[in-house]
Amino acid sequence: MGEIGDILAKYDVLAAFGMTVYLTVFSAVGALLLGTVLAIMRVSPVGVLRSLGAFYVNTVRNTPLTLILVFCSLGVFFILQLNLEPASSPTFLRDNAIRWAIVGLAAYHAAFVCEALRSGVNTVPAGQAEAARSIGLTFGQSLREVILPQAFRGAIAPLGSVLIALTKNTTVASIVSVSEASALMKVIIENETAGTAVFLVFAIGFVVLTLPVGMLFTTLSRRLAVKR
Amino acid sequence: MSTSVLFDAPGPRARARHRLLTLLGLLLAAGTLALVLWKFAQQGQLEASMWRSLLLPEVWTEYVLPGIRQTLAAAGASIVAALVFGLVFGMGRLSTIRPVRWVAGTIVEFFRAVPVLLMMYFTFTLYARNNVFGVDFNSFYAVVTGLTLYNGSVIAELVRSGVHQLPKGQSEAGLSIGLSPGQTLRSIELPQALTAMLPALVGQLVVILKDSALGTAITYPELLAQAKNVGTAYGNVIPAYVLAAALFILLNYGLTVVAGRVERRINRRGRAAGGTTTNAMPGAPGGTGAMPSTGLGGDNVQNLDPTSTGR
Amino acid sequence: MTTRRWGALAATAAVALGLAACGSDAGNTGSGGDGGDSGGGSGLKVGIKFDQPGMGLKKGTEYSGMDVDVATYIAKELGTEAGDIQWVQAPSAQRETLISTGQVDIVVATYSITDARKEKVSFAGPYFVAGQDLLVRADDSSVTGPDALDGKKLCSVTGSTSAQNVKEDVPGVQLQEFATYSECLPALANGGVDALTTDDTILAGYASQEEYKGKFKVVGQPFSEERYGVGLKKGDTALCEKVNAAITKMVTDGAWQKAIDDNLGPAGYKPGAGNPPTPDACS
Repeated sequence: MGEIGDILAKYDVLAAFGMTVYLTVFSAVGALLLGTVLAIMRVSPVGVLRSLGAFYVNTVRNTPLTLILVFCSLGVFFILQLNLEPASSPTFLRDNAIRWAIVGLAAYHAAFVCEALRSGVNTVPAGQAEAARSIGLTFGQSLREVILPQAFRGAIAPLGSVLIALTKNTTVASIVSVSEASALMKVIIENETAGTAVFLVFAIGFVVLTLPVGMLFTTLSRRLAVKR
Repeated sequence: MSTSVLFDAPGPRARARHRLLTLLGLLLAAGTLALVLWKFAQQGQLEASMWRSLLLPEVWTEYVLPGIRQTLAAAGASIVAALVFGLVFGMGRLSTIRPVRWVAGTIVEFFRAVPVLLMMYFTFTLYARNNVFGVDFNSFYAVVTGLTLYNGSVIAELVRSGVHQLPKGQSEAGLSIGLSPGQTLRSIELPQALTAMLPALVGQLVVILKDSALGTAITYPELLAQAKNVGTAYGNVIPAYVLAAALFILLNYGLTVVAGRVERRINRRGRAAGGTTTNAMPGAPGGTGAMPSTGLGGDNVQNLDPTSTGR
Repeated sequence: MTTRRWGALAATAAVALGLAACGSDAGNTGSGGDGGDSGGGSGLKVGIKFDQPGMGLKKGTEYSGMDVDVATYIAKELGTEAGDIQWVQAPSAQRETLISTGQVDIVVATYSITDARKEKVSFAGPYFVAGQDLLVRADDSSVTGPDALDGKKLCSVTGSTSAQNVKEDVPGVQLQEFATYSECLPALANGGVDALTTDDTILAGYASQEEYKGKFKVVGQPFSEERYGVGLKKGDTALCEKVNAAITKMVTDGAWQKAIDDNLGPAGYKPGAGNPPTPDACS
């Protein structure tokens, strides 16, 4: 156990998990926003928007996350030269790496948020939509006032799954120059002999991050479920 | 889709608005594509020579096809192992012996929470340092271990929730005709639960196939790693990655389509045989298709699992 | 009914097995061609890098690079014709294992002689003295050495110690890490990063690649010394002596210089101080 103590003193494990949380929080917000837009596109009356939404979801969902992050970093940042931080900044590369990783994570998980929301929309009985239409609400109004509020509540469990998956998937950002938890673990395992113990420390870190989220969302989904 | 209950048949003004939105959508898509192509051309990434080398026969025989084979090998082995792991630990979680239940539960919960990449980094270091499977196989087994432990745990959860969602009468009937709890589980509950969980199970296959790409990080020569090699040897990293992405999309999409077909066929047969409802698991972890469908959200909502599922 | 359900499950398993069968020779992963564990072949089994242009590169079915030429020369001196050599991929992390398990006879793979490695394997050579250097755009004269990197952007690969060393000496440098150097090159070409760092041989190898000819240059101020040796089984002094003799002969008959000119010459690369080296005594 002493060795683990030394390792924890020598490497900043908490900061690495801090980065994991940072990535998770910002990507989750981005994924929720983009995913909602996609879900609306996919149920909208405009055929082209539906197809674009479906195309996005099917493409992104079937591409390995590793590739999406490499495209964001190498393709969009370095080739397209779109900066998310002024070039004069002394942390130009680091900040861009982190921010583009967040964009990539958000773009990837938005596809799953979209599908979670559609499954939520599916929990809304058809009568609700018919009622909304029959009192003269437009598509936008019925979505805003009737369908989406219920859909979000019905989609809480799958959304929780997406959030947990996102938390774990932030590890892939280690491939594009972001030093989060898994990157640090790799460094420590290569430099120290206590491989298994180090793995357990990091693994438990992720259990600590994801277990409460899982429980929270399970409780929420029960509590907020629309009683029918 | 044209008969969605979400909106009325459009009138003249709505039609005009839809045309405008259609135009905007198309412009947005075309604009993005044009911008990307223009910038890439500016950077010399569209030079014909870079892309032409992707058509060389040797690129396919030496890199791409072996890469696909390695991807399928790792995915295939992981699928088989994960099914076994899932069945064993799923049954463990349903055991009547408390310690067995407890141990199985802890293991399953643990491996569901640990990122696959973290597991691969660790197992690869472990195998490579002790040279467990030989130099040529260490990375392969590290990929399979990572994918199996995680996906096997998800499948164990599916097994458990599948059995839990069966009507209570099923196990009571089994026990009342004198079967032991183990026999009831094996010969009455599991077969029904497995049919019910098929959609989710099949969705998990796609997850495994896609996640095998994480093997790149530990030098397993699957498709993505081979694309990287092409990029190094022919000086065309970006075109090589674009090709890899296209192939991954094709592979995964193909598997999704095939899986969907198998699923529908089995469902149909299940109903014909008068089995339990195949939509038995709406909220199941990893629930792929089979949401109790009112059709509001459009057809075919599937594979909610972005590499992993929650609880 | 039950049988049918199990049948359904079996069908799923069959799909999975089918997948597995598609890639039946699963783990024959990195090793070039016939796999490294055959043991019986008459040819020499040589570990090289497969992904370092100019040093050890597998392009299609062809092997090329300085390491390949050196290994071919050594093999010839040991009595193995070029066609009989079995090339085995030797990634950095696995070189010692490959040697100690006998999966390769010699390793010629930008393999620096260090005391730590000498505990596990023996070295013949060195056959070349390389040094950590910088690769910059051909028209960029602002980067003259590591000290000029303050405020500049440096590219390297994940976990590279060479980049970490620079970062420690020059804290003002910004570091970008990619999975492979070849990902750095497009970024270097368009100014996304200003320099790439690793051994000068590898840098020259990239700069010599057809696709990048004329675009990059090696700065030529090496700031470390890497003595490339030929890795062999620990304690095999007999083989070590033979390899050393081959290296000495290669230098004297001009083949050594030719190998450099062929592989690294297009980048205008000139070997640094200490070249051609005299092999160390075998122990």
